[in-house]
Amino acid sequence: MRENLARAFILTDTQFFRRAPLPKSYTDFLGRKLFLCLLTLQGLAAFALITLGVILRKSRIARSVVGPRIRQEIARAGVALLPMFLFVALALGFLVIGQTVSALARVGATGYLGSTMVIVVVRELGPLLAAMLVLARVGTAHVIELGTARALGEVEALEALGIDPVHYLIVPRVIGMAVGVFALTVYLIIVALASGYLFAFLQDVPLAPGDYFKQIADALNWLDFVLLALKTMAFGFFIAIVTCYHGLAQPLRLEDVSRVAVRAVSQGVIVCVLIDALFIGLYLLT
Amino acid sequence: MSENQNLSAIEMREVGVGAMRDTSFVVLEDVDWSVAPGEFWTIGGQQYSGKSDFLMLAAGLMAPVKGECKLFGTDTRTFGEAKLAERLRVGLVFAGGQLFNQLTLRENVALPLQYHHDLPSAAAGQEVQALLELLELTPLADVTPRHVSDNWRQRAALARALVLKPKLLLLDNPLAGLGARHLHWWLRFLDQLSQGHDWCDGQPMTVVVTTDDLRPWRNPKRKFALLRDKRFFLLGSWDEAESANDPVVRELLAAPLELSSASSSSS
Repeated sequence: MRENLARAFILTDTQFFRRAPLPKSYTDFLGRKLFLCLLTLQGLAAFALITLGVILRKSRIARSVVGPRIRQEIARAGVALLPMFLFVALALGFLVIGQTVSALARVGATGYLGSTMVIVVVRELGPLLAAMLVLARVGTAHVIELGTARALGEVEALEALGIDPVHYLIVPRVIGMAVGVFALTVYLIIVALASGYLFAFLQDVPLAPGDYFKQIADALNWLDFVLLALKTMAFGFFIAIVTCYHGLAQPLRLEDVSRVAVRAVSQGVIVCVLIDALFIGLYLLT
Repeated sequence: MSENQNLSAIEMREVGVGAMRDTSFVVLEDVDWSVAPGEFWTIGGQQYSGKSDFLMLAAGLMAPVKGECKLFGTDTRTFGEAKLAERLRVGLVFAGGQLFNQLTLRENVALPLQYHHDLPSAAAGQEVQALLELLELTPLADVTPRHVSDNWRQRAALARALVLKPKLLLLDNPLAGLGARHLHWWLRFLDQLSQGHDWCDGQPMTVVVTTDDLRPWRNPKRKFALLRDKRFFLLGSWDEAESANDPVVRELLAAPLELSSASSSSS
């Protein structure tokens, strides 16, 4: 329990490096930044592995407590965001996809419609946009909640009761966010593609709905479904890891919470972009 | 069983206590202390004397910087998930309660029971309700901690610590800021626990409290100790504590200090 957290967080003791007196030079500045970056990466990796270990080892422990918390987190990172996602999906469909469809139709390139939609919406824009929205709406809440709980001593209280804070606080958030990002991405893609066609239809694009959806279905293969699921779950998992890590990483004072939240969101964006790059590599390889 | 009963509830040998927030900062050094099962100890100390850190270490929440700390014969350094049962023999009440603000008082009290016995809330309900009634918390059971006064929050924290029926109860400055009625209730209830309450099947509970005011704890059955200048001093019984002319003890007793003796003891 405590040793779990300590193992991950000892790596985050970056205060020394932040404050270490160094001569003012660009190389020292860059060196310090690089070193801090590596330390944070190390801490995040350790925290991710510990969380995975707890998910696997404690899947049968305290289900009556952790189960409802997981459902609660899925509702928070998934169901509760559905109205906002429907709005964004409609906007995405009308503003981007609809215009793309009508532009392709104007130049007589409707044959490329399916593959363009799959690459742009299914592989890239849908998952990344969903991840960013969940990071903004739920990730920041994670940092603030956990940071406040840490500052108010609730984590120590859990430890005193023999309750593993990673199991009770982190595992539900990680699972909830992984499932939430996956589900919301699916909704976002379906609604965006449908509303995109609707926009094109309103612009009198000579394309039958059957042809439009058949092209998209033909451009999709089983690997798209597998990689979409893996990618969105990876987004959710790592957003939760980054935000929970920063919320719990160090004993915080209440006034530190907002600063840490900003740092967590920035790192969450970077992590999402890196995961996206990794999956682009995978798509190219396959 | 008899072997367990002979073991000290707490055994500290040359222990160094680090601060909870930064263990590299030592708040107490060379603590030698032994608590027998069933004893009632009161540890006095001024603010920032390391009372909370000392109690955290005694609860096994952090390892000593040096030396050895054992709870019921088990070294706290080895306290891990494998020794959860040993750890759960210790209940800790934090100063201020540190309840979970998103949960109601009832959920706060039920949480350890549900978590460790994997019980749905309905199954844990009867036992939790009994404890809430015992601690007169029933009318406030379904509100969150932020909506109750410090007096009741502290009492809910006691209920949460007691729900697993610990053998050793550690309380960090439990009387701080309490009203007179609550203060008397606490003293009476802790005495009952120490002598063997029905809630603990009549078994005497080992109780350790920290305080910055020794006066309410006056009782010949209790033992006293003092934290001062990074050191742990055994004072003994109430009479011995009362007769000590240590300036900090006099301050904690709010008693007049004999200046000549005080100056010689401080020198």
